[in-house]
Order: sequence, then C-alpha cells, then structure tokens
Amino acid sequence: MGSCGEACSHQIKIQLITTMNLLFPNGWIHYLLGGISIGLGVSLIYLFNGVTAGISTFFSSTISFFSKRFFFKQAIFKDTRLWRLFYSFGLIVGSGIWFLFFGAAEQMHTNVSPLKLLLGGVLVGFGSRLSNGCTSGHGICGISSLSLASFMAVIIFMITAVVTANLSL
Amino acid sequence: MKTTTKLFYELTIVVLGGALFGLGLASSTMVSPEVVLGFLRGQDTGLLLVMSGAIFVTLISYQFLPKLLAKPILSDRFVLRVANLDKSTIIGAAIFGIGWGLCGVCPGPAIASIGSGNFDLLWALVGIFIGSYIQGIHYEITHSNQFGILDS
Repeated sequence: MGSCGEACSHQIKIQLITTMNLLFPNGWIHYLLGGISIGLGVSLIYLFNGVTAGISTFFSSTISFFSKRFFFKQAIFKDTRLWRLFYSFGLIVGSGIWFLFFGAAEQMHTNVSPLKLLLGGVLVGFGSRLSNGCTSGHGICGISSLSLASFMAVIIFMITAVVTANLSL
Repeated sequence: MKTTTKLFYELTIVVLGGALFGLGLASSTMVSPEVVLGFLRGQDTGLLLVMSGAIFVTLISYQFLPKLLAKPILSDRFVLRVANLDKSTIIGAAIFGIGWGLCGVCPGPAIASIGSGNFDLLWALVGIFIGSYIQGIHYEITHSNQFGILDS
C-alpha cells in the first residue's frame, strides 16, 4: 500500500463504490440490519425456549387444529401448534410495527399476478413441507445447526428458484 | 414455575422473537416479491446479505448457547431439529424453489405481509396452506402402512 499514492487510493475508492452500486442498487445497510434482526428473533427463542424456530411447520401445525386426517394428528404438529401460531402472530406484529412507523403512506402492492402467487404458493407449501423446511427452516436454522441436509436443500432450492425466476419473466 | 405461568412466558418470548423476525423481513424489504425476484434474477444481491446477517447471529447462538448454559431459561434442554438427508428433503427443496422462483414469496413474508398491508400476498398464503394440506395427503398415501389403511 505504501507505493499507492493519493490518486491511486482515490481510484480504488471509486471502483469500490461502483461495485457496491452494482451489487446493491438499493443500498445494503437495511438488508444487513434486517438479517441481524431476524437472527436475533430466532436466537431469543432458542435462548429461552430451546427450540429451533423455522416457519413452514406452522402451516401443517395450524391445519392440525381443523383436520381429522392422521397425518396432521402427529405429535410434532399437535404439540407445537400453539407456539407456532403465536410465532406467526409475532411476525405480523413485527412487520406491522415497521410499516406503522416507517412504511410508505400508500397501500403496498405487488405486480406479480394472483394466479402466479397462488400457484407459486401451492408449490412453496407442498415443497417446504415435503422437505421439512423453507428459507428460514433450512436456510437460517438448518445452516446454523450445521446440518448437511439443510446445506443441500438450500443449494437445490436456490438453483431451481433462480432457473424458474429467469424463465418466468 | 407453574405450567400455565411457564406457558405464558414461552408464548410471550415466541411473539417477541416473531416480532423481531417480522421487523427484519419488513425493514429488509423481503416482504416485497419484486425484491426477492430481483435477487433471483441477479439484479440485487440484498437477499444474500439478509441471509448472511441472520445466519451469522443464529450460528453463534445455536453453537455457543448450549456450551454457555446448562439449559434454556424457560425449558429443560436445547433441541436442534435437524432434517434427514433423504429423497423427500431434496425433492421437496427443488419443488419449493420452483414455487419461490415463480411468485417470489416464501412462508415468512407470506405471513408477515398481513402486518405490512400487502394483501396481494394473501393469494400466496392461501396457496401455501393448500400445498401443505396436499403434502399431508401425499404423505398418508406414500406411508399408508404407518397410518394403517383407513378402516377397510
């Protein structure tokens, strides 16, 4: 670095900024802070309750309140359905608080069509329950548990998601 | 501690933890399918940073809390629920990815979007419930010996 003059270090700075703008055209701090907040939430639950708090099991465990099917009568769903319901309630409260204080005045809206949302949702539900985890269960909790199955699951769903997103423009 | 008191504290913690999670999803704009799809299409690397931040914190607590404390504050032991590396995990992940790439919504944002007022995502939420129900039926059919053939 000693040989690098002022003009050179200025050049490096400009290149760094250009790269950051290319990677994060919408800024990067809110992404990192959001991720840390997610990690703190999952950690808080582990510290007090000693359980891993993935999200997708919530769907099967909530169905267990209504369904008489044998599958949904399993202990894994019946024994955890109450806290999973409260956990999801917390998710709604948290995002609600954010939008109360920092959200835009106008109603949020997505341009993805209802049909794509519904069909995508069905595949997300079926796939995450078959796989026993989603972006939170495998991606955050599984990788943090150093689970090989979760590493593999994340690699695979990232590949199929990237391919699908680029095919369905 | 009385069981009802313990349950009250446990549920309070879960709501607080969920709120931090929801706050993180909303502040990092992960509740917007456009942002997620933008990541999958290589236009913005933000999602990777969200995942990294979350994993960094969670990895530390999952790996070190059991070494620092004999047991969790409210329960008897630390339990990590680890998935099996089998056919369903892999095929399920592939199907999940196709759905995620199609709509840009995964389970967390689908739920959190109710709080952020992005009600279009209710379509995805309904879809996820339907998909989860179908998976239950699928499991019963493929594991009929475990549940017994229905009273035939």
